[in-house]
Amino acid sequence: MAEATLSGSASAAKAATRQAVQNVNAPLWRHAVFVAPYLFFFVTLLVVPLFWSMWLSLHKADAFGVGRFVGIDNYLRLFRDKIFIQSVGNTFYFVFLTVPALALIGLLLALALNRKTKSAAALRAVYFSSSVLSVTIVTLIWRIVFIGNFGLLATVYGWFGATAPAFLSDPKLTMIGIAIATVWWCIGLPMMLFLSALQQVPREIYEAAALDNASRWRTLWHITLPSIRRTFVLVIIIEIVLQFQLFGQARLMTQGGPNNVSKPIVLYIYEAAFTKWDLGLGAAASEILFILIMIAAMAQYFISRRRGEEG
Amino acid sequence: MTAHIEIQNVSKRYGSLTVLDGLSLTINANEFMVFLGPSGCGKSTLLRMIAGLESVDDGTISINGERIDNLPPGQRDIAMVFQSYALYPHMTVADNMAFGLRNIGLPAEVISARVAEAARMLEIGHLLERKPGQLSGGQRQRVAIGRAIVKEPKAFLFDEPLSNLDAALRVRTRVELAQLRNRVRSTMIFVTHDQIEAMTLADRIVVMNNRKIEQIGTPMEIYSRPASRFVATFVGSPTMNFLPVGLSGENGFARAKLPDGTDLQTAIRLEGINGSGHSLGIRAEAVKLANGTAATTTGKVEVIERLGDRTLLYTRLKEGSVVIAEDVGNSRIAIGDQVALALDGARTHLFNAEGRAWHNEGVGHG
Repeated sequence: MAEATLSGSASAAKAATRQAVQNVNAPLWRHAVFVAPYLFFFVTLLVVPLFWSMWLSLHKADAFGVGRFVGIDNYLRLFRDKIFIQSVGNTFYFVFLTVPALALIGLLLALALNRKTKSAAALRAVYFSSSVLSVTIVTLIWRIVFIGNFGLLATVYGWFGATAPAFLSDPKLTMIGIAIATVWWCIGLPMMLFLSALQQVPREIYEAAALDNASRWRTLWHITLPSIRRTFVLVIIIEIVLQFQLFGQARLMTQGGPNNVSKPIVLYIYEAAFTKWDLGLGAAASEILFILIMIAAMAQYFISRRRGEEG
Repeated sequence: MTAHIEIQNVSKRYGSLTVLDGLSLTINANEFMVFLGPSGCGKSTLLRMIAGLESVDDGTISINGERIDNLPPGQRDIAMVFQSYALYPHMTVADNMAFGLRNIGLPAEVISARVAEAARMLEIGHLLERKPGQLSGGQRQRVAIGRAIVKEPKAFLFDEPLSNLDAALRVRTRVELAQLRNRVRSTMIFVTHDQIEAMTLADRIVVMNNRKIEQIGTPMEIYSRPASRFVATFVGSPTMNFLPVGLSGENGFARAKLPDGTDLQTAIRLEGINGSGHSLGIRAEAVKLANGTAATTTGKVEVIERLGDRTLLYTRLKEGSVVIAEDVGNSRIAIGDQVALALDGARTHLFNAEGRAWHNEGVGHG
């Protein structure tokens, strides 16, 4: 009996030892404690509203509460609404104006400022500094630049006896004006992402290229750009997602006008939901925007991945 | 045409830190020169200065009489194999090798012929369409060498190219490099801290230490007639035995009094030996077990290293110094045994406190 107890406790001890040396990376429930705080806010502030707005978009709803189920009626109303269709077009136009500009200018700045001099460090800070401003300040600055008769642009044009382009009122130019302000505001992030990617490229590869007689242009084209291709895709996806959500600049610079030519989808959603209090319609428009962003980002991702596999 | 490289009085400084100090060196055409030295001795810096990857602060570097230290790396007509291989990760093996040739605008058929020839020579023909990420360390190494070969340069520079390989592959690649060297007649400079690589590959070795050249010579000169105590210590495994000695003369040759009082007649001329604090250097292969009469001294065995073909005995002499002796592979000596040692006086070296060395008259006597 005593023997049995002894051997029993010995095997228990052995098992305990085995337990102790188990893989430290093995999943354990108590690890969830560490992600719980994040998970709580993620679920309550993102997941729940996402599904709630889907549900809302299928109902007639206003400020006084959610009414009856209307199926896809809200979506049909959207597609019959010329202003909504126009706002979708405006948003695509804006993305087309800003995303390539942000990626290319960000890349050029990063290439120019990727050196260890003090002036390069100072300029990096300068170019990034606009990113910390709030949209209110940014639009205020650009309104001062663009405003007719006495704006900065008008003053400079005035020196040469010319009339400045009316970025805030000419229907052909308002979106471009908003895009210029947006690129100025947002250029810091792409530049920083490209800079960090450039600094990851091993120095030896450039040395090998130098010994291989590669000109600066060929080094850029054959060594640098392929090395930061993934970052380029990342920047494009991030910027597509961000710029599809244009709101503040359009709201503060032009109020979507003149004649809705600078009204983006988010401004349409805002007006539908919080001016006209047609919450169901606003929710439906939000779902459309969500799907558009997802399609655009996924398309960019898959295209670049296929190219990556080929090249 | 291969390169005759002349390095004159070159110095390299980073701020107040001097990395190389007034170095001069000639590398003959078709010579395989190895820069050997401990980490931080400046050997890689010197190689990178020849390549053009580091600027030259003082002095000149010329190839075939033409000064090159002011030319960009690509115009020096040299190729380099990096320690990390530095292959272009997004290019195929073939493109990696062709890139340098395309940059100088060679016709496509010449490029493909050279790539094919190098691939055949290095047996990497089946890898040409792969990318570096899909290759093993040894294969990457070959591609890096291939990229150098296709350029048909005047000189090849190797910066510790074997140090990222595992032990077995390193030995194999070393042999292959020696074979390659016979096929590609060109000047080669090879940087390493591994004395075996240096001894096996080099025509001549430059032993560097602390910003300066300690000795330039053939592997056997370096081994048998080390110019300084540093060289004697750094080259050879196990490291040379050193015993503090007092010197006296007999027939013009130095006679060394070992710490335990025994006398050892050397073949080194006493004349010219200067300084103080002399020590006697003797390699393990010149210290054998004595059979009674020939014994020089005795010691107690503390550590035994069996290397298969020979056995190393770490013995402690009466007065406390340690001497490594060599015995046959199947030695029956055990730890704790008292052994009689015979030191071969003809194969000794003398050093003074400053590290200067004196050797016997014969060259390559070992």
